[in-house]
Amino acid sequence: MKGHITCTVCPVGCKILVVSKPNGEYEISGNRCPRGKQYAIDELFSPKRILTTSVKVLHGDVPLVSVRTDAPIEKSRIFELMEKIKSISVEAPVNVGDVLVRNIDGMGTSLVATRKVEKNGSPLENCQISG
Amino acid sequence: MIQQLKTGVLVIGGGAAGMAAALSASRAGVEVTLLEREEKTGGVLNQCIHHGFGLQFYRQELTGPEFAYRLQNEMAQHSVKIISESYVRHIDTKNKYVEVISPEGVFTIQAKAIVLATGARERPFGALQIPGDRPAGIYVAGLAQRMVNLENTLPGKRALILGSGDIGLIMARRLTLEGMEVLGVVERLPYAGGLTRNVVQCLEDYDIPLYLSHTVVEVRGRRRLERVLVSEVDDNFKPINGTQKWFDIDTLVLSAGLIPQVEDLGENLEIDAINKGFAVSNTCETSVTGIFAAGNNVAVFDLVDYVAAEGWIAGQNAAQTVQDKKRTSKRIPLIRGKNVGILVPSYITPEEHLRVYLRLRKPMDKGTVVLKELNIEKPFQYGVPSEMINFVVNRDKLQELKKPVRIEVVE
Repeated sequence: MKGHITCTVCPVGCKILVVSKPNGEYEISGNRCPRGKQYAIDELFSPKRILTTSVKVLHGDVPLVSVRTDAPIEKSRIFELMEKIKSISVEAPVNVGDVLVRNIDGMGTSLVATRKVEKNGSPLENCQISG
Repeated sequence: MIQQLKTGVLVIGGGAAGMAAALSASRAGVEVTLLEREEKTGGVLNQCIHHGFGLQFYRQELTGPEFAYRLQNEMAQHSVKIISESYVRHIDTKNKYVEVISPEGVFTIQAKAIVLATGARERPFGALQIPGDRPAGIYVAGLAQRMVNLENTLPGKRALILGSGDIGLIMARRLTLEGMEVLGVVERLPYAGGLTRNVVQCLEDYDIPLYLSHTVVEVRGRRRLERVLVSEVDDNFKPINGTQKWFDIDTLVLSAGLIPQVEDLGENLEIDAINKGFAVSNTCETSVTGIFAAGNNVAVFDLVDYVAAEGWIAGQNAAQTVQDKKRTSKRIPLIRGKNVGILVPSYITPEEHLRVYLRLRKPMDKGTVVLKELNIEKPFQYGVPSEMINFVVNRDKLQELKKPVRIEVVE
């Protein structure tokens, strides 16, 4: 297996070529520094990202709470997890660091709040108007 | 009767620079009042929900709201007085006297020192002079970001991003994640304006094309935006015939640069012609004694960490002014030489360490920053305009300084 990646360790942005050899080792070229080596292998074979987005808040002073995964998740699963996140809502108040969804990816990664949302102060706005 | 308040240090603006200034001034033991236009402090950090902030200032990778939250907590611990939803109407820079409008009415504040931390504004669509219609559906990136991240509203269905600054790249990813179709990012320069990391993680991760040396040359739509014409451009940004292509979109997101917010803030403060922000010394003092400025109203910085660090210094020096500690306001010009674009500071006060921030005028494989008068040479590899070069010169090296210092970058 082989592939190209753009290194993001520093601003240079080396185009690194990674070729996996039958003996399980990798042949790496195009990196101008040693830091690019491990990055290239990780990025090519198991790319991961921190996912940041927002979750709907009920009865909050603002409609959304910003969230992040507390560890990088597999890049290929970002849209799957986004669907899950879009389907949930949380009740105000929310605090920075609150775990909103435990083990969201089945790999032990949690979704945590990155901002504070107070309960809505106005009782009128908390009322559900029906009919 | 108009309420008349008094304070030691008055900070105008509650973004990263203003919060850091308020905090450092307060820690130095002076009374601090901070004026914030919105309901809450935090500034643009509140809507920058992505991570990548704080690596230098907090030695930890944070999201924007987390970065703001830390400063807000620390301000609360140090009893900074925050007046929110307030808007400065006029500043008498000489007398440090400020007129403010807020929902409670008009009031005045007499300060002993002022820190201007008013940030920057986005270059608007009107400034780009693109021919065609003027329909709805054209947003500056910060507005689109605010809608999506704070107001729970999507700006449209199919978008094109004009300009490849970091916020444009970030929004390409954000809109994609929230279900919009992003057809591409168009950049008139032959290289991306934002960080490589953002090109990879915001565009390549989502197969969003980056059209370098391209720009939007025509905008069409009756009421809502319907389509834009994109053309390849030559080295002088002139459209090349035969390269035009229509994109059917309902949303155009502009990431065309930031402009320091200096208007209406004391007409007698010197402005740096290139930075377009307040000309400050390394104590963050403007051309008027006792008036300081820090952050994106001085020059557009690349990292919030630098903005907060500069705010911190401004707050410290403002506090010293209030405490009547012996300070000289000697200002020796720091002059731009070859290849230097944005440069902070504009003046050197030799009693303080000199923190230099500069942007290259073009990408360079390698080069050296030279300050001949100070016998300083700083070699670097792979510099790009999107990432500031920064370094500190110890004040010990500045003691004998009398004449202007020239700073240039040689290839």
